[in-house]
Amino acid sequence: MSSVLVKFAETQNTAKKMANSGLLGSSIAKKYWMSLTGLFLISFLIVHLLGNLQLLDLSKEGQEQFNIYAKFMTSFPLIKITSYFLYASILFHAVDGIYLAMQNRKARPERYASYKPNRNSIWASRNMGLLGTIILAFIILHMSQFWYTMHWGEIGIDANGNKDLATVVIQTYQDGTAGLIMVLLYLIAMAAVAFHLYHGFQSAFQTLGINHSRYTPIIKTVGAAFSIIVPLAYAIIPVFVLMAKN
Amino acid sequence: MDLKLKIWRQANTNSKGSLKDYQVKNVSADSSFLEMMDQLNEELIDKGDDPVAFDHDCREGICGMCSMHINGEPHGPESGTTTCQLHMRKFKDGDTIYVEPFRAKAFPVLKDLAVDRAALDRVIQAGGFVSVNTSGNTLDANAIPVPKADADAAFNAATCIGCGGCVAACPNASAMLFVSAKVSQLSLLPQGKVEAKERVTNMVNQMDLEGFGNCSNVGACAEECPVGISLENIARLNREYLSASLTSSK
Repeated sequence: MSSVLVKFAETQNTAKKMANSGLLGSSIAKKYWMSLTGLFLISFLIVHLLGNLQLLDLSKEGQEQFNIYAKFMTSFPLIKITSYFLYASILFHAVDGIYLAMQNRKARPERYASYKPNRNSIWASRNMGLLGTIILAFIILHMSQFWYTMHWGEIGIDANGNKDLATVVIQTYQDGTAGLIMVLLYLIAMAAVAFHLYHGFQSAFQTLGINHSRYTPIIKTVGAAFSIIVPLAYAIIPVFVLMAKN
Repeated sequence: MDLKLKIWRQANTNSKGSLKDYQVKNVSADSSFLEMMDQLNEELIDKGDDPVAFDHDCREGICGMCSMHINGEPHGPESGTTTCQLHMRKFKDGDTIYVEPFRAKAFPVLKDLAVDRAALDRVIQAGGFVSVNTSGNTLDANAIPVPKADADAAFNAATCIGCGGCVAACPNASAMLFVSAKVSQLSLLPQGKVEAKERVTNMVNQMDLEGFGNCSNVGACAEECPVGISLENIARLNREYLSASLTSSK
């Protein structure tokens, strides 16, 4: 009987080891997935920014052009497939990140009474979970305001017969106090994106094993520039829309 | 100099510990931190109190035994040193110094400031070796050519003294810097390449089983490392693990 129990315990242990190893469960594998999904989300940031900078033209023609673009982005098959892949990546990056943060918390059950982390690391690197949570909350708000409305919500029709997303955007950020709050939330979220990228951009390369005396300084410089320029360019859009209110 | 100390006291692994206040007077600025602790312990013993338990061995910075989280950093405020090489001239008269054990789930407190770092030994046992014939027919070490750059990188990784300061410094209590140094020192050399895939897989598995946290590239480990092990080793570990996972037969 006892030998059966020992055998059972061994099998359980092997099963546990198997589940935690390889490209599915190990600590390093979880980081590969964070890195790959993170890099994909970085590429999305560029495309999304370039498309939505069209909102800096708020003339009648500009708005109609934006609505044509919005229709294209929600109906062209290749982009639809990419968008499902994108939603999955956002969810996976968030779930994997929360799981990693929970495991990391468990790895140090007792905190230090005296702790001076600023002497050995930057704030953003230690607060990726907090920054990510802020960004996720913003993504939910942002998608409920525009993505949901575009697909299933109440939305007007413009002169070309397209769904009038431009007006939805303008109303969201120009609507009195509520609009002002939305602009502020947008700016807070972009600050979180900036700090998240400042650590995340170069971290993604290190996780994939890319650390080279010649290229790593370039990656870090590009990452720092990206983390400032891209969120700043995004932030210009709602501020511009708010300022354009007559 | 006279100092106030806040020292973590804990009777054993299962008991609850707390910070206790102590005072040491007339500490020489030339004494090491461990000698200051010795001075405190002699006073405690003279009074019939329980001396503070802490790890130490060589006291010349190469054994990796002395631990202690001093004023918010592993091995104290001086960079590139172990606690035995930290001198009291780094502190000022009247200072209050926090002295805590290395904190990690994988490093249970044995007593006071002494923690059990056997988890690191078990990671080594899982693969941190080269299988060689030790029956007497020793080969000449220079028979296999090793490029100078590889030898240097392997040597730099091999300077890891296994103190666990990286785990103590990491906000996630991750042991990646230690494991990456131990993987690198062998996988860079021809003798170590033979078992490279098995080694990295087994050592990472053991690291995970011990309950260390996940690396999030914070870099606190390398900043606090007493011997300057660099993050390039972690990148190498990430590369090796990826290639081993994709190409292993299991």
